Amino acid sequence: MRHVLVIGAGPAGLAAALAASDAGASVTLLDAGDGLGGQYWRHLPPQRPSRRESRLHHGWAAFERLQGRIGRADAIEVLTEAQVWAIETADAVTAQVLLGPTDAAGREARALTADAIVLAPGAHDRTLPFPGWHLPGVFSAGAAQALAKGERIAVGRRAVVAGAGPFLLPVAQSLTAAGATVLGVFEAARPRALARGWLPKPWKLLGTAHKGRELAGYLAHHLAHRVPYRPGRAVVEARGDGRVEEVVIARLDADWAPVPGTERTLAADAVCVSHGFTPRLELPIAAGCEIGPDRFVRVDPDQRTSVEGVYAAGEITGIGGVDAALVEGRIAGHRAAGGDRSAMGSAPRRARAAAELTRRIEAAHGIRPGWTSWLRDDTVVCRCEEVPYGRLRAVAAATEQRSLRSVKLTTRAGLGICQARMCGRTVESLIGADPSSGADTSDRRPLAAPVRLGDLAGLPTAPDGA
Amino acid sequence: MRADAVIVGAGIVGAACARALARTGMSVVVVDRGAPASATSARGEGNLLVSDKAPGPELDLALLASEHWPRLAAELADELGAAFPAVEYERKGGIVVATTEAGAGPLRDFARGQAEAGVEVRDLAAAEALELEPHLNPEITAAVHYGQDAQIQPVVATEALLASARRAGARVLPHQEVTGALRDATGRVTGVRTASETLHADTVVVAAGPWSGAAAGALGADLPVRPRRGTVLVTARMRQKVFHKVYDGDYFGATQSTDAALQTSSVVESTPGGTVLIGSSRQQIGFDERLSVEVLAAIARKALRLFPFLETTPVIRAYGGFRPYTPDHLPVIGEDHRHPGLWYATGHEGAGIGLAGVTGELIGALVTGAEPPLDPEPFRPSRPSLAAHLAPEGAA
Ligand SMILES: Cc1cc2nc3c(=O)[nH]c(=O)nc-3n(C[C@H](O)[C@H](O)[C@H](O)COP(=O)(O)OP(=O)(O)OC[C@H]3O[C@@H](n4cnc5c(N)ncnc54)[C@H](O)[C@@H]3O)c2cc1C
Ligand SMILES: Cc1cc2nc3c(=O)[nH]c(=O)nc-3n(C[C@H](O)[C@H](O)[C@H](O)COP(=O)(O)OP(=O)(O)OC[C@H]3O[C@@H](n4cnc5c(N)ncnc54)[C@H](O)[C@@H]3O)c2cc1C
Repeated sequence: MRHVLVIGAGPAGLAAALAASDAGASVTLLDAGDGLGGQYWRHLPPQRPSRRESRLHHGWAAFERLQGRIGRADAIEVLTEAQVWAIETADAVTAQVLLGPTDAAGREARALTADAIVLAPGAHDRTLPFPGWHLPGVFSAGAAQALAKGERIAVGRRAVVAGAGPFLLPVAQSLTAAGATVLGVFEAARPRALARGWLPKPWKLLGTAHKGRELAGYLAHHLAHRVPYRPGRAVVEARGDGRVEEVVIARLDADWAPVPGTERTLAADAVCVSHGFTPRLELPIAAGCEIGPDRFVRVDPDQRTSVEGVYAAGEITGIGGVDAALVEGRIAGHRAAGGDRSAMGSAPRRARAAAELTRRIEAAHGIRPGWTSWLRDDTVVCRCEEVPYGRLRAVAAATEQRSLRSVKLTTRAGLGICQARMCGRTVESLIGADPSSGADTSDRRPLAAPVRLGDLAGLPTAPDGA
Repeated sequence: MRADAVIVGAGIVGAACARALARTGMSVVVVDRGAPASATSARGEGNLLVSDKAPGPELDLALLASEHWPRLAAELADELGAAFPAVEYERKGGIVVATTEAGAGPLRDFARGQAEAGVEVRDLAAAEALELEPHLNPEITAAVHYGQDAQIQPVVATEALLASARRAGARVLPHQEVTGALRDATGRVTGVRTASETLHADTVVVAAGPWSGAAAGALGADLPVRPRRGTVLVTARMRQKVFHKVYDGDYFGATQSTDAALQTSSVVESTPGGTVLIGSSRQQIGFDERLSVEVLAAIARKALRLFPFLETTPVIRAYGGFRPYTPDHLPVIGEDHRHPGLWYATGHEGAGIGLAGVTGELIGALVTGAEPPLDPEPFRPSRPSLAAHLAPEGAA
């Protein structure tokens, strides 16, 4: 029996595990979190379940179906609180796993190999810095969403949602559902860019009908709750004494540079900001998978990466939302298990449509270079190490450097506890680094998660020559 | 393009050579196939050590370096001003400890030998050691204090040397690989070629780190410089609990060994950033960059033997690079006796950060014919201990 290892139990990983098991493989599905569902299906902690959970989530029924089938499948072993902290490629591709709560001492270590591996670690949301973004009350949209969905806590009473991308809408909705007043959704892309991304060939989106419905539902919801949707605008500053009290909104030009004179101040106690997503590429890079010029894992129509036996699905291959993740996961799992290409039904067609949607999201909402003009010299770029923009710029100029490696080590930007997950791509673009070669990128992290020295010391070693 | 000197490699050694030569009034071009300050010099630690060196030419060079660095750091700070990041020179001192009975004697003997060669060393009683390092494993069997051990931030130091060289007129050309030599009718090296440039120069200095063997090869010469991989762990930030550089005594065995097997010995220290650096391993596995869990585990175990409190400390990063080493474990500094015009400044193994400044001074003196700061013979490519590893004269 073929054994398939699936890393990540978000929509992509869940679909992959099930498809692999349906195709006759034995499956190990693991996730660092304490439950299944990933970024999309966040849920209440088991000790505080809620009957309203289904109403807080889109597609909750679909999740329950997936989870139920996975639970019943004898050939699927599920490991939660299972952190893959490194991937070794010395012999076979091997996932190094630590089992147990993140902050527990003496976690059990396992080294897992399989006939095929499906990587589905997803993405984390990306927030561009702006003056005041370090103030309490400023959240990434993902964090706000997680609190609203997972804990049913609204991050504030008068909230502003801002940034770019279709997923700002569900965040506004979750906040409203959790009891906040959302003053507006401020989308950086201008109406023309939105039209370019979404409207010219709407029939291409038919393959993702579900998505279309969902977005239509959000828009209806916004109208119903009178949440204004304001394209071509951004939060360019948050102000307050010790926490957010007001935000400054400005109109943007097509390059996302604020248009002087259009600033407007809104009293608010919470700002939820996301400008897109950064795929979690450390595992695919460690496995040796080729990364494309768009900085997603390169896959073929079977979701195969450039490494024999390693497949990728979900947001590490492109940002297309839950439907894309599900269909890619299904294909990856099926093929990883050795399933026949002809037995995939409509999945390949839907995957192509999802890829089209991914392209459109990028075309409409992709980050444009003018945003840097809302920075000030004292705007902190790297929050872990508190490196302000002015210093970054001055040091890069004094050293005549565009290499990320050098600038990181001369400024400390990106060296902190998050290991440049938050600021890496921002720093790259601010210094004009060229990450395309793969040699000088913030995506590479041989340690995919912090590991206690005691846990490392407990791992097996070869005899030491010293 | 024409210059008095071309330097191949913009790591810390090439940067120091560029600065030294440019300050003698020569026109200097530094060529690197990648970004400056981004290869080995950005993948190690910044220890300026005398403690790990046995009496001999490398220790002489290190002792000179330990006098030279404070001056150099001050000069750089002066010249580049407060806007330039600090090189963080700190003479914090090192403490070497033995953790086994068997290790205690050799450590004290080694220290005695160094003292005779002019190293500032002091035997510490266990209680003294624990006073200096309260979180040290109390079960140590011997401890020696080295006052001269210091550190710098290697990438800032490299950038500062380059910036200073530029101020003295040097030019730095990044992203240009040196692919061949220019030679005159007598065979003398008169410059280098890159994909897009022809650079004429009377002096060509190869300072290409662990790739120096390949670079020499591209220039029609040969040089036995090979890579020796090292891995370092970085912890999360914490309140300072380690105050010196603290090593276990195994370090001596490891640096001098030619054994290809994995070797580790602990060097634990705090950085001004608040993290603790834990080094490091030594492995001869070519330029293989893949992560190896057993190496991480071996480093971690040794570090815990020194500082048990680190058990619960999270490691947030592992990185490493390839030390450039020679078969006789001495740097190669000087002109190739077989290829006039071709010079080397490389092969510093795990000490290139510390020895870069004096290497630059030595190159500057030898190229211009000035009085060298120490006897250059043991470092020349023509030294006897390297002869067996070099192609004979005229054979290249
Ligand atoms: C605020 C917000 C709102 C959104 N709203 C919508 C919406 O309304 N509609 C829509 O279609 N999409 C929405 N999305 C996008 C949707 O969440 C993603 O498209 C989807 O979750 C991607 O699925 P995935 O399986 O690729 O990754 P994820 O859901 O992110 O799952 C990845 C899983 O991998 C695990 N993992 C990662 N690394 C490791 C490791 N090293 N070891 C072990 N486990 C690991 C993680 O714990 C995680 O559970 C939204 C996203 C956000 C942030
Ligand atoms: C893990 C580890 C820990 C270390 N710890 C210490 C320590 O604590 N103290 C210490 O003193 N030393 C330490 N070292 C050693 C030190 O890092 C090196 O000795 C030193 O960095 C070597 O500098 P370099 O300038 O010779 O080489 P590099 O920094 O590698 O520079 C060489 C340059 O040459 C360029 N190059 C190569 N080929 C060509 C070509 N054909 N054309 C153009 N350019 C070319 C490369 O791109 C590179 O930029 C450590 C090393 C490692 C790996």
